[in-house]
Amino acid sequence: MLRRVLRRRKSALAGAVVLAVIALAALLAPALVPYDPIKIAPGAALSPPSLTHPFGTDQYGRDILSRAMTGARLSLATGLGAVAVALTAGVVVGLGCGVIGGWTDLLVMRVIDIMMAFPGILMALVVVAVLGQGTLNVMLAVGVSLIPTFVRLVRGDVLSVRENAYVEAARALGSRPTRVALRHVLPNVVAPIIVISTVAVAWSIILGASLSFLGLGPRPPIPEWGIDLSGGRNYLLRAWWISSAPGFCIMLTVVAVNLVGDALRDELDPRLRSLANL
Amino acid sequence: MPVIVGVSVVVFSIVHLLPGDPVLAILSGANATPEQERELRAQLRLDDPLPVQYARFVARAAVGDFGRSIFTRRPVIQEIAEQLPSTLELAATAIVIASVVGLALGLLAAVWHDTWIDRAAMLVALGGVSMPSFWLGLLLIFVFSLQLGWLPATGQGGVNRLLLPAATIGLNYSAVIARLVRSSLLEVLGNGYISTARAKGLSEWGVTLKHALGNALIPVTTIIGVQLGNLLAGTIIVETVFSRRGMGRLAVTAVLDKDYPLIQGVVLVSALGYVLTNLLVDLSYSALDPRIRHREGAKA
Repeated sequence: MLRRVLRRRKSALAGAVVLAVIALAALLAPALVPYDPIKIAPGAALSPPSLTHPFGTDQYGRDILSRAMTGARLSLATGLGAVAVALTAGVVVGLGCGVIGGWTDLLVMRVIDIMMAFPGILMALVVVAVLGQGTLNVMLAVGVSLIPTFVRLVRGDVLSVRENAYVEAARALGSRPTRVALRHVLPNVVAPIIVISTVAVAWSIILGASLSFLGLGPRPPIPEWGIDLSGGRNYLLRAWWISSAPGFCIMLTVVAVNLVGDALRDELDPRLRSLANL
Repeated sequence: MPVIVGVSVVVFSIVHLLPGDPVLAILSGANATPEQERELRAQLRLDDPLPVQYARFVARAAVGDFGRSIFTRRPVIQEIAEQLPSTLELAATAIVIASVVGLALGLLAAVWHDTWIDRAAMLVALGGVSMPSFWLGLLLIFVFSLQLGWLPATGQGGVNRLLLPAATIGLNYSAVIARLVRSSLLEVLGNGYISTARAKGLSEWGVTLKHALGNALIPVTTIIGVQLGNLLAGTIIVETVFSRRGMGRLAVTAVLDKDYPLIQGVVLVSALGYVLTNLLVDLSYSALDPRIRHREGAKA
């Protein structure tokens, strides 16, 4: 299916290729980086992009290319990890609520309503406040802020799939509720879940980097796109390249994810078109 | 209403799950004796049982009393009242920019559907969705303040200093609006009454503006409403980038300082604002869409 999408849409193919390159760079960063991303080299501070430092160096003389590549690991991990959290919670809770119904559903949906009262970043901020700063906590915070969206989507689809004759048939044949949920309902709600997950990865990368930018994520000198962008803020005029590299990396990654996501959405579930604004 | 009660419980309990102890934080470095520590704890009334603290919190919050900031010792409501106008001003300007730019891009893309104009407009929109606001903000500062020197980069006061931060948020959200205007317009343009209008000999722009736009805007209003809440949250980052005062800065400072009452106040006020906005949006539907009004009338 993915292959068909990629063949038909050139933009999605471009996105997928860019993503693959970024993912490879992130995975192989420890072996590939030309310089130690953390070691300070005052002599080389604020060098503009050149052959020895393709993206230049920052105010501490650290190679920006090396930092950007290493930073990709954290950003991608945050994006995927956060979505994994939201996806697990969303599928378990949404499927459970949709299949069980009744009081459980009512109660859980009230809790979700309350969570919806906090706009995404505010929720993430509150979670970081509770858990403390740090990489893993940012991932959790972003994940938690996405849970309501996932739960509502899954539950809504489960409710409509549940009405189908084949689900009733399965129940009439004496299948237990767990079996009905996993074998007959879940496979039929997978498409929208895939679509929303892709959009959510893009959103999570941005939100994760935002929290780091605010100083709530991993701490310097850890290479991370949000931190590095923030670090170069005061050098915009003297050394524009410090903030540009991480900024460009975030944008490139998110554009690539969105290109793939758009194609998947059109292919799998055109009715989700209005959900683009997670 | 139950949502608001729920929000207050969440705000109260979450803040009490904070790992840092504010008493120790205040006394840190002061080499305090356990005696002083106990005294301060009693003075801040942090030694009561939690339900008692919650009841007191709600009773006071209902009359706008969120206690005093642990660090500045000033009433939280006063801190918020000082910061709120700046954020509202920013959000209002941003939503105007977002709507105007989003509507323009979406219209262009829909009228010239499947031409290079459409593709260019959607490319701009994709960039807008994918651009983190702190990066966009820095780019705007770089171009308009540092290179061209047209607008001041940071600080408070005047339209001059409002424009860049508002544009940062506005451009981000205009992307979402543009995509929706486009798809919604294209859908409406497929309707029969549009063919009729075309058959009358109206120009494409006439058809779009007079007959299609009104109906296409219904889902767009929803999104603008939903975005209004998110936009308030978006100010958190932009205020930091532009060193503006406001609720967002206040929220970040409160979290970094582990300032219990301040976090409670800011989060509660923001969540209330968000819930209220969504309620207003819901109400505005029926004003905009007679179908909803009639359906509700039939039910009653």
